[in-house]
Amino acid sequence: MTDSILSVRNLRVVIPHRHGKLVAIDNISFHIQRGEIIGFVGESGAGKSMTGAAIIGLIDPPGYIERGEIWLDNLRIDQSVRGDAILIRGKRISMIFQDPLTSLNPLRTIGDQLMETILTHLPLSAEAARKKAIAGLEEVDIDPSRFGAYPHEFSGGMRQRVVIALALCAEPELIIADEPTTALDVSVQAQVLDLLKRLCRERGASVMLITHDMGVIAETTDRVAVLYAGRLAEIGPTQTLLSNPKHPYTRGLIASTPSVESGDIGTHLFQIRGTMPRLDALPPGCRFHPRCEQIMARCRSEQPEVAENGAACFLYEDD
Amino acid sequence: MFLIILRRLGQSVFVLFLVAFISFMIFRYVGNPVDNLLGQEATVEQRDALIEALGLNDPLHEQYLDFVTRAVQFDFGNSYRGALPVADMILERLPATLELAIVSALFAMILGTLLGIYTAIRRNGLLANFIMSSSLIGVSLPTFLIGVLLIWLFAVELGWLPSFGRGETVQLGFWSTSLLTVSGLKSLVLPAITLGLYQMTLIMRLVRAEMLEVLRQDFIRFARARGLSERVVYFSHALKNTLVPVITVAGLQLGSIVAFAIITETVFQWPGVGLMFINAVFFVDIPVMSAYLLLVGTLFVVINLIVDLLYLAIDPRIRDGQLRRKVDD
Repeated sequence: MTDSILSVRNLRVVIPHRHGKLVAIDNISFHIQRGEIIGFVGESGAGKSMTGAAIIGLIDPPGYIERGEIWLDNLRIDQSVRGDAILIRGKRISMIFQDPLTSLNPLRTIGDQLMETILTHLPLSAEAARKKAIAGLEEVDIDPSRFGAYPHEFSGGMRQRVVIALALCAEPELIIADEPTTALDVSVQAQVLDLLKRLCRERGASVMLITHDMGVIAETTDRVAVLYAGRLAEIGPTQTLLSNPKHPYTRGLIASTPSVESGDIGTHLFQIRGTMPRLDALPPGCRFHPRCEQIMARCRSEQPEVAENGAACFLYEDD
Repeated sequence: MFLIILRRLGQSVFVLFLVAFISFMIFRYVGNPVDNLLGQEATVEQRDALIEALGLNDPLHEQYLDFVTRAVQFDFGNSYRGALPVADMILERLPATLELAIVSALFAMILGTLLGIYTAIRRNGLLANFIMSSSLIGVSLPTFLIGVLLIWLFAVELGWLPSFGRGETVQLGFWSTSLLTVSGLKSLVLPAITLGLYQMTLIMRLVRAEMLEVLRQDFIRFARARGLSERVVYFSHALKNTLVPVITVAGLQLGSIVAFAIITETVFQWPGVGLMFINAVFFVDIPVMSAYLLLVGTLFVVINLIVDLLYLAIDPRIRDGQLRRKVDD
């Protein structure tokens, strides 16, 4: 635990609305080790992106952190006021968003946007910042001659590489990548992920990779956290979790992932019956129980917490 | 990019020829210029001489070409009243109108943009809401009423500012300016606010709406995630992206400021071309009216051309021919 770059304890994020408030994230705790790549997987609305936004301090209002702590190293960051947040954001933690087509300001050259970020965070002269910006472009395989080009002059994959260069240029310790390849062509996805993985490994930076793609999780991450309806369902090393999933939801997720190799072509894909409950209509007890195949009596009334084995499920409790 | 500019120039010239044609038709066919110039008691010889001098027997297209040629050389004939050259009358009065228009346009654009940004950033703030509510007054009250109200408050009740005229002027070559004297500047305040208030509130509401739209975009979120300060996010990233639509509207509004200066100039007895036009309408002074039409038409065309060139300067996507529609509408 001493070597964790980030720890999140009992995080609870709520969104107030007319009839009270929705709990978008409920009592989530985890930590991220230095240099590890941790995947966050779950359905849309499970709270993956919200967790990322909470860490970097960019929860869209009116949502806010109601309870819990977020620690970056020895610094508590969930309560930071604006000025401090800027010292952390972009500098120590940075974020990559889903759509590279809209992540860059269309009216500014990419070189300009790189320089701006570097000069905001690092005490460099304009000339040194320029050199660093060009080096950053070279690292993501973009020709330095494109320094003065505008975002619309690049393809989607290239733009996402520019975004990666932008996210890495101030040498952050943690990068939150929110579905970084979802908007890209399949053929480009692997290339962008490999690049991100390689650059972060070289720098010893940690990555929090948010995705709904189990394939991406399997290929890229060291550990995985599975989120369901705002709660952590299971967390553990990728190998263990994929080969021996404990939570019924995790099992369902893995079973419903198509695989080309195993001769599944033509057969029906497994489906988890039902849909994830809306945040304003959460069931009592375990949130997964209405869809669970192995439901027990206590699941309807009691909420399981994440146990030693990494799963938030009563199945493994001896009684 | 060069081609786009060239095409816009071509279109502008075409529009100007159309404006000139309408202006010419008014001059030629509204009333009989010969009757208007000579009166009822003229002899047949006098009439024939004038018809010959004005070239009224020439074919229509030659008359039109002649009209355009003279208009390009700033020759619009003589006013029916006073027989002064129309060009001289316009030159004498244009500085007054242009100074009024430019000052109120600056007032509208600077204050409108600043208030627009403010109300967008402090969307739920008390002051921002107050500004937004009171801007409805600016949008909905007619110009003459605002003018009269301002005169009543600041000239009659408080006695701070003059209620009419231009104050003392200073002659700089052919240009008479009221910007260099205290009484001139004081006289300018009320008409400039009257003329610019509507445009100011319009620009403010537009900037606010565009800012709110842009602030929702991903690149603003990414700019924040990169740790840029709020000031940089608002002014350096968001504002520039609101400029294209704002400039379109502001440009057209600048044209209307000159065109609708008529009302303000009447209320404040401002000695500009608008007041001249109103007087010309009273006396059916056709050459003055057609020259005024030509002047305002040219102004609109020139402003539109500048707006298009500004698009090209602001948005690289338009320069490269993506986002065609914005220029080619």
